[in-house]
Amino acid sequence: MSTDSQKTPKTPMVLEFKSSTFSVPVLVVASDDLAVIEQQLQEKTSLAPEFFKNSPVVLDLQEINKRGYDIDIVALTDTIRKAGLLPVGIRGGNVQQNKQALELLIPVYSMHSGSVSVENKKQKTIVPVIETKTDVDVGIETDATATTLITQPIRSGQRIYAAGDLVILSQVSAGAEIMAEGNIHVYNILRGRALAGVRGNSEARIFCFDLQAELISIAGNYKISEDLDESVRNKPVQIYLQDQALIIKDIVLPH
Amino acid sequence: MARIIVVTSGKGGVGKTTTSAAIAMGLAKKGHKTAVIDFDVGLRNLDLIMGCERRVVYDFVNVINGEATLNQALIRDKNCNLLYILPASQTRDKEALSQEGVGRVLDELKKDFKYIVCDSPAGIEKGAHLAMYFADDAFVVTNPEVSSVRDSDRMLGILASKSYRAEQNLEPIKEYLLLTRYSPERVKLGEMLSVEDVQDILSLHLLGVIPESKSVLNASNSGTPVILDEKSDAGQAYGDIVARYLGENRPHRFIDDQKGFFRKFFGSK
Repeated sequence: MSTDSQKTPKTPMVLEFKSSTFSVPVLVVASDDLAVIEQQLQEKTSLAPEFFKNSPVVLDLQEINKRGYDIDIVALTDTIRKAGLLPVGIRGGNVQQNKQALELLIPVYSMHSGSVSVENKKQKTIVPVIETKTDVDVGIETDATATTLITQPIRSGQRIYAAGDLVILSQVSAGAEIMAEGNIHVYNILRGRALAGVRGNSEARIFCFDLQAELISIAGNYKISEDLDESVRNKPVQIYLQDQALIIKDIVLPH
Repeated sequence: MARIIVVTSGKGGVGKTTTSAAIAMGLAKKGHKTAVIDFDVGLRNLDLIMGCERRVVYDFVNVINGEATLNQALIRDKNCNLLYILPASQTRDKEALSQEGVGRVLDELKKDFKYIVCDSPAGIEKGAHLAMYFADDAFVVTNPEVSSVRDSDRMLGILASKSYRAEQNLEPIKEYLLLTRYSPERVKLGEMLSVEDVQDILSLHLLGVIPESKSVLNASNSGTPVILDEKSDAGQAYGDIVARYLGENRPHRFIDDQKGFFRKFFGSK
C-alpha cells in the first residue's frame, strides 16, 4: 500500500513513540579469553538451542572490568553472534568499550541502581553467566537470586523459566512447561512438565499439591508420567535427588 | 462502551460459528445493536448459518483493503434489525487480514455497536490470533472430550499472553467456558467428560452447557440461528447463556440426565 500524498495535503502521522518494557537476558562476561567464552557459550546454547536461537542479549562487562581484563568489543560481539545470539546492548563498560559498542551501533545501557551482581561462589572462576532467559509468554525479572511468583494459570503451550526459585499458585496445565534454576513450588495441580535445577543444581526440589505431571526433572534426572508410582499420583509430594535417583515423597498436610 | 467478544476454541468443528450466530442474535434480540464478524477468511460459513449468503456483496477483506465501506459490507439480519453480519471472503486467505486493518474496522464498529462478536477460525494461526487480539471477552467453546479441552487450554494461554490487553498490561480478557454438544447420557456411560471433569482441567467460569441436539443441525441447514428455535433445548441453552452474560442469574440446565417421564414410558430417544 502506498500513501497518496498529493491527494491529502497533510500526511497523517504514521509514527508513534511508545514506551515498552522488554525482558532481555543479560550475559555477564567474566573472562577476556574469547576461546573459553565461545566454548562455554556453545555448551550453554546447545542445552536449549531453540531457546537461545536469535535471542537478544545485553552484555554485562562490569565483572570483566572489575577484574581488570580488557576485551575487544568487536571480537566479543562476533563470538556471541557466532553462538546464535544477537547482542542488543552493553552495560557496565568503560569509555573505550562504550565507544566501540556505539561504533557497532550497539546501544549502551547504564547499570541501573540495585544492579544484579552475580555472586555465586559455587561457580568456577571464568563463566559467562546467562542470568535468565524468558519465554515470550511471561516476563520474569532478571535476578538470579529472586523468586518468581506466578498467580495466573499456566496453560498448555506456555513455558515459564525462572532464574531462581519458581512459585506457582495456580494450576499448571498438561502441555505446559515450567523450568527453574532453583526450586519449583506448585500450590495447585501440576499437570505439565516441571524441571527444577535446570542448570545443574542437584539440591533443587519440586513441591506440588497434586502430582499429575507429564514429566518431572531435577538437574537433568527425569521421570515421565508413565514411570510415576500410583502411590504418589494425585498427592501432595516433594521430589528431590538422592544418589542420582529421583525420590518422590508424600508431604503430609496438616488437617 | 462497546465490547468485543471472541468466540474461539482452538479445535475445529466444536460449534464456534453456531455459537457466534446464536449469541449475536441473542444479544440483538435483547435490544443491543450487535455486529458479528466472520474471521474464517477463505472458508466462509457464518453467512450460511445466518441465512444471508445470497446477500453478500462486499466482505471483511474488502473493507480492510478500502475497497468498500463498512456500511456497504454490513448485512442487516432479516430476523432482527439490530443485528448486522460482516461476512468473510471466500476468495482470499487469512494473509489478507492485517492487525492494523482489523483494528481499524473494529474501531469503526465500536462507534456504532454495543457488541461485536468475532467468529474465530479453528487453529491458533493468524486468523484465530487476529480474531482474539482485540477482544474484551472470550467465549471458549469446548466439546466434552480430551483433545478439545486441551486445545481450549492452549487457546486460553494465548488469550492470556498474546492479546492486545495482555501486551498493553490492561485488565485481562474475561474468559467464559461454553460446553457444547453435551450429552448427559453419554457422560453417564463414561463416553464423555463431565462438566466437572472439564471444569477441573480448565478451571474457568462456566457460562453454559449446550446439549447435543438435532435442532442445531436443522437450524444450520435452514440458515436461522438456533437461538430463535425457542422450543429446542439448544435454543433455550443459548438463551440462558446470553442472559447470564448480560448479568442475569439463571440456574444451569441440561447438565443432568433429564430423560423425561414420557420418554421413559414410550422409549423414544
